[in-house]
Formats: sequence, C-alpha cells, structure tokens
Amino acid sequence: MELIRIADVQKTYKNGVVALYDFNLSIKKGEFVFIIGASGSGKSTLIKMLYRAEKPEKGSIIIGGINVAKLKDRKVYILRRKLGVVFQDFKLLPKLTVFENVAFAMEVFGCDKNEIQKRVMQVLDLVGLKHKVRQYPNQLSGGEQQRVVIARAIVNKPKLLICDEPTGNLDPDTSMEIMKVLDNINRMGTTVIMATHDRDIVNRMQKRVIVIEEGKLVKDYERGQYYHEGAKNY
Amino acid sequence: MKALRTIRRYFRDAVKGVVRNFSLSLASISCITITLVVVATSIIISYNVENFAESIRQDVTIVIFLDSDATEEDRNRIEESIRNTGNVESLIFKSKQESAEDARNENEIFSTIVDGWTDDTNPLLDSFMLKVKDVEKIKENAEDIKELDKVNSVNYGEDIVDQLITVFKVVEKIAIGAVVALIVVTAFLISNTIKLAIFSRRTEIEIMRLVGASNISIKVPFILEGLFLGIIGSIIPIIIMIYGYISLYDFFDGKLFSSSLAQLIEPYPFVYLASLLLLGIGMLVGMFGSWRAVRKYLKV
Ligand SMILES: Nc1ncnc2c1ncn2[C@@H]1O[C@H](COP(=O)(O)OP(=O)(O)OP(=O)(O)O)[C@@H](O)[C@H]1O
Ligand SMILES: [Mg+2]
Repeated sequence: MELIRIADVQKTYKNGVVALYDFNLSIKKGEFVFIIGASGSGKSTLIKMLYRAEKPEKGSIIIGGINVAKLKDRKVYILRRKLGVVFQDFKLLPKLTVFENVAFAMEVFGCDKNEIQKRVMQVLDLVGLKHKVRQYPNQLSGGEQQRVVIARAIVNKPKLLICDEPTGNLDPDTSMEIMKVLDNINRMGTTVIMATHDRDIVNRMQKRVIVIEEGKLVKDYERGQYYHEGAKNY
Repeated sequence: MKALRTIRRYFRDAVKGVVRNFSLSLASISCITITLVVVATSIIISYNVENFAESIRQDVTIVIFLDSDATEEDRNRIEESIRNTGNVESLIFKSKQESAEDARNENEIFSTIVDGWTDDTNPLLDSFMLKVKDVEKIKENAEDIKELDKVNSVNYGEDIVDQLITVFKVVEKIAIGAVVALIVVTAFLISNTIKLAIFSRRTEIEIMRLVGASNISIKVPFILEGLFLGIIGSIIPIIIMIYGYISLYDFFDGKLFSSSLAQLIEPYPFVYLASLLLLGIGMLVGMFGSWRAVRKYLKV
C-alpha cells in the first residue's frame, strides 16, 4: 500500500535557488528508503517538505491521505503526529534526563503517567538504552544521544520515521549500531526514510536507494540493486 | 481525563515560566502593581468626584430675581422661557412674601426687620428657583435667562461651580492619561518577559512542534504565564485599595470638609467592585502583553 506519493514537485527557495524540480516519487508502507546525493543536491529539502518544514510551490505531496503541500500552518500538527523526525544534531533538552526527554514527547499530548512510564521504557529498551534512563544528555556518547532522539521520535508510534543524516556525526561502528536500531524499527512496521552521505551504510543495508542530483531524482534502485549496480557508477 | 491532564500541564508550565525568569517576572509584577495602585487611586478619586459632582448637580440652584414691577403676565412668560431651555429639573416660584417669611424664620434679627415691612415696603423681589438637569450648561442657561425682559438678576454661585467643574475635568484627564501610559509600559514589559521565556525555551518549543503539539497547546502556557503575572501583580493593589479606602472613610467619618455635600462613597460594595475591576485590568494587561509576545515570536 502506498504511504507517500510525491508528484511534480518543485521547490524554489526565497533566494531563487531551485532545490528540487520535476520530482516524482512513490513510497509504500513498510519500506526502508535511502536518499543519497552530493552535498547541495536537495536531500534535506525533500526531507523538510515531508514533515512540512518547507512548502513546495508546485506539485503535491500526499502522506497517508494528507496533501502536505497544501496543509495550512495551523494544521501541520496533524501531520507531525503521524511521523517521527531524527536529525544529525540531536536536539535533546539538556536539563532533562534520558527518560524525561523521551517522555516529553508524550506529555505534550497529556498522556497518562503509567502509560508514559510503560511506553518510554519500552522504546528505550528497543534502542538499547534501558540502563541509562536517569542520565543526562551530556553524560552520553553521540551514538547514545542519537538513540534517545530515535526513541523520542518513535515513542508516539508514528507510521513514518524520517531521518536526515542521523549518523552524520558518528563513527562507522556507532553508525552501524544506529542503523540496526532503525532496521529494527522498520521491521516492526514503521516506514523509514533516511537521507545520508554514507555510501558504506547504504551498501551494507541493501535497501531501496533513491539518488538525487541537482534537485532531480536520477535513479531509483530496488532493494539490493544498488549494491550491484549503483555502487559502481555513483 | 486527557483534557484535564493537558490543562494541568498548561498551568504547570505557566507557573514554571513565572519562576524560571524570576527577576524579569518580578519586574513585570512590580510594574503591574504600581500601575494598579495608580488605577486604584484614580478609581477612588474619580468615583468620589463623580459622586460629589452629582450631589452638586442635584443641589445647584439658579436664583432668578424678577424686576419689582414684573406683572403676573411677565412671570408666566419668564417661566415659559425658562422651561423652553429644556434643561429644567425643577422650577419653583417664590414670591417676595414667601422670601420674607423664610428670612423671618432664619433668625431673631431678620425676624424683627421683616416684621417692620408691609407688602408695599417689602424690598425683596419675586424669584424663581431653578434646578438644572445638566450642570455643565448652567452658565449658558443663566446668561440666556438674564437677557429676558423683566429679569432683574441671575445668581448661581457661578465661580465655585465653574471652578469645581474645571478642576474635576483636569483631574480626570490627568488620571486617565497616567493610567493609559502606565498600562502601555506594563504591557510592554510583560511582552518582553514572555519573549524571553519563549527564547529560553525555543528548543523545547521546536521539539513540541516536531512531535506534533498543536499551536494552541504551545501558546496557551505562555498566555497563562502573562495572566498569572497580572493576577499576582494585582494582589497588593487590591489589599491597599480595600484597607486604604476603608480607613480613609472611617477617618473622615464619610465626609470631607464636614460638608454634607462632599459625601464619600460607602465602602461596601464599592471596594469589592473596584477590586474586581483592578483584578480584571491586571489580567487583561497580562494577557495582552503575553499574547503580543506569542503572536510575534511564536510563529510556525
Ligand atoms: N533555507 C534555504 N534557503 C535558501 N537556499 C537553501 C535553503 N536550504 C537549502 N538551500 C539550497 O538548496 C539546495 C539544496 O539544499 P539541501 O540542504 O537540500 O541539500 P542537501 O542535499 O541536504 O545537502 P547536504 O548533503 O550538504 O546536507 C542547496 O543549493 C542549498 O544551498
Ligand atoms: Mg542536508
């Protein structure tokens, strides 16, 4: 079943830069999709439009029935509740513990205390941080911090997880750990879209790969296909 | 249940906000306090002045003396002209015999003098006693009446009334000006306090946005924070106002200058109504200030 359909999208920034154009893409429920491309090719722009941090001036972006391209500012929250977002910089609240940082995303909705306790422990277990619930972010390694962010992004059970270079600040080993976490989340049914520079990761994961060049989608590799063909000519 | 928890979170966040930027909160609260003390003073003064003016209004009498040779016809014509001004609360005719009678009853000396008069030698004049509806037009009316034929003179203690009215107006204008200026300054300060609160929590706000908190649920705690500043700031003025006015009233025994004219307004329920007004102004100013900051600095 289709979860995302992007059709004829064009995005021009205020300064006149055309970051994306003639963009078409369809992503099915449960897929794991990498978005790769050179720096400045438009990966982050695509990601930002998926969670409606930016708006295209042309085309439509349908996510789970919502046309994100036409979504009014005051209704953006409806979209955000359906998806989780993970960035390169972690954006954790330094004065809250690991537990509180994750719980924060549930408290915003007035969830019940017991429910929060249960669910937060569940996701922290999933990302392998159950033993660090009482630590503060500055007491954690980069990989651990990123795992807290991932836990926070999925605590409200989104259908879609969007990541913009989640391993950008991490060493190769730590990056692979993060990838395992994301893969696990994907196996449990969440659709994952991840923009990255890291060709090694993309090679190893054997997922669908979309290549953007100068704002245009130039290649769409099926699962495993990239490893055989793409790696050579990208 | 969920709504209740959400509301509790709004309140908790708002209270936290007040405490977090304590020095700035304190500045805002002090500013509201000062403003409301001035407002309270203005309320007390202006309501009492209004009350006082009202008693004058009800009491000011224009005395219109007719010429000694005025006939019954003249009298009726003059009465009609006065009524035609449209500013007549009451109009009473007082013949010179009645005036003499009044004087006789005033004291012993008058009494002996008046006893020596006959109808013909009575030097007093027939007169009308006019009470007007709108005291501000009294001067105009007096001058018009003076122009009428067979009117000898018109009296109403013009200087005192004129002066009082001017003074009241000036006092009222100054009070309103001061209050408006203070309210503007206060709203600005609160707006700044909330702006700082917003900045100090911008990561938190960003995350809230990201996980799908609605605009309202992000804004409400900040608006509440301003509201709390307003409420806290109105506590001291209300106390000062209640105790201050009651003591003032007791001290003067309800009257200024031992004149029955200058009655102070009874303390109850006046102080309670005025307190409500202060609280209302505090809340409004607080909410307005924070609403402004939220609108300006909490864009999606
Ligand atoms: N807010 C913005 N205003 C103006 N131009 C922008 C803005 N954001 C991005 N751009 C431009 O749009 C183009 C695409 O940028 P984008 O951030 O999407 O690239 P990217 O593929 O994510 O690059 P990187 O791999 O370095 O993160 C670039 O030319 C960039 O300079
Ligand atoms: Mg980028």
